[in-house]
Amino acid sequence: MNWIEHYNYWMVILLMMLGFYTIIARGNLVKKIIGLNIFQTSVFILFISMGKIPGGVAPILRDDPTTVYSNPLPHVLILTAIVVGVATTALALALVVRINEAYGTIEEDDIHDLDTGSL
Amino acid sequence: MSVVIDILLLGLMGITAIAAIRMKNLFAAVMLTGIYSLLSALWFLILDAADVSFTEAAVGAGFSTVLMLSTLTLTRSAEKPSRHSPILPLFVVVVTGAILVYATLDMPGFADPEAPIHTHVAPHYIEKSEAEIGVPNIVTSVLASYRGFDTLGETTVIFTAGVGVLLLLGIGRRREDGDE
Amino acid sequence: MTHHFILRVITKLLIPLILLFALYVQFHGDFGPGGGFQAGVIFAAGLVLYALVFGLDTASQVIKEWVLLLLVPLGVLIYAGVGLASLYFGGNYLDYNVLAHDPVHGQHLGILLVELGVGVTVAAVLTTIFFSFAGRGQRDVNEVLKKSSGDGDAGQTS
Repeated sequence: MNWIEHYNYWMVILLMMLGFYTIIARGNLVKKIIGLNIFQTSVFILFISMGKIPGGVAPILRDDPTTVYSNPLPHVLILTAIVVGVATTALALALVVRINEAYGTIEEDDIHDLDTGSL
Repeated sequence: MSVVIDILLLGLMGITAIAAIRMKNLFAAVMLTGIYSLLSALWFLILDAADVSFTEAAVGAGFSTVLMLSTLTLTRSAEKPSRHSPILPLFVVVVTGAILVYATLDMPGFADPEAPIHTHVAPHYIEKSEAEIGVPNIVTSVLASYRGFDTLGETTVIFTAGVGVLLLLGIGRRREDGDE
Repeated sequence: MTHHFILRVITKLLIPLILLFALYVQFHGDFGPGGGFQAGVIFAAGLVLYALVFGLDTASQVIKEWVLLLLVPLGVLIYAGVGLASLYFGGNYLDYNVLAHDPVHGQHLGILLVELGVGVTVAAVLTTIFFSFAGRGQRDVNEVLKKSSGDGDAGQTS
């Protein structure tokens, strides 16, 4: 069954493209950050699904020497990426707050109009 | 069985993501993002990533949602319809997606034990970390010891992001006439 | 703030458990799932819950702003300091083997300290971020109320 083997990757691509579409097509800055979050989580899913081994268990050592462990490396990378991700999201949201204070709007079109003075 | 749960959960995540994107009300979109994060945490748990799972549950469904909501109280919660046509972004996204799908055809199948990712450093971590580090949780020993430099860098990124937010927003209530 | 009686009682019951769980995750991270990143996030979530239910003023009496601002760099300094200590004892940077008489004990000690540094920084940064957003909201609360009421009208007409 070839499609089952690649289902995860295709779902990752679907989620990634949904996030990408939100970033480039929507003008609202908070919506763009939501899109970035969806994009980010899709990358996490890609990494974790590559680390899976059939019949594997969480990578915490047990006494039984025949245990199969899933690959710990993607877990480490994604664990740190999640926390770094929320810190950078907070920075982006802080910028949105300041943009709102300076322009009175968080819509990209309105900000562009205010900048060019065509409103 | 786990394949069925995998397909169902990823499907649900796709639906939640589409709903979050279509919502014009940002409050509803933020709440849907929280649900999306919780679903991804469940999915991580099924794929043996216990550490990742509860980090995502605490961060994605808890902290990040609270932050987004506090941003909405500081700004506004209704999204204006975009003035641009969605045709061009849709075209770009479909083309990019098609290229990526084409690229996955060469990738090793899901949960293939012979995949390149499982043949290089990971066996060393799994076999030797007991003797070299002596810590049962391999994720901790890789995070703090084998890849200590990496984690130091990431801690610094978090520190920098915190300083950035402080510079942008300041902490606590300031004097009304205070200079910022 | 006299409303939400049930919420306040349940929060009071839950917060010690959340903080205790965070400490467990922090120091038991070597043996079970856990570590500095998770513990920091859970600890911050406990403090954020407190601030949400009891108000920012009460929360900033529980944990003073200057303490938070001190803890933010302290965690990174602990982490980097472990690296310097291993240099001092004759190893490479962040090589924990030399920290104790026995390499495995040294690794244990090094990991414990490094995770502590990570946990302190993550908890302090996330709490600081929340306090910044919430403080901003409280400062401009009248302005925001005005703006959002104007906003609601605009949303309905468009």
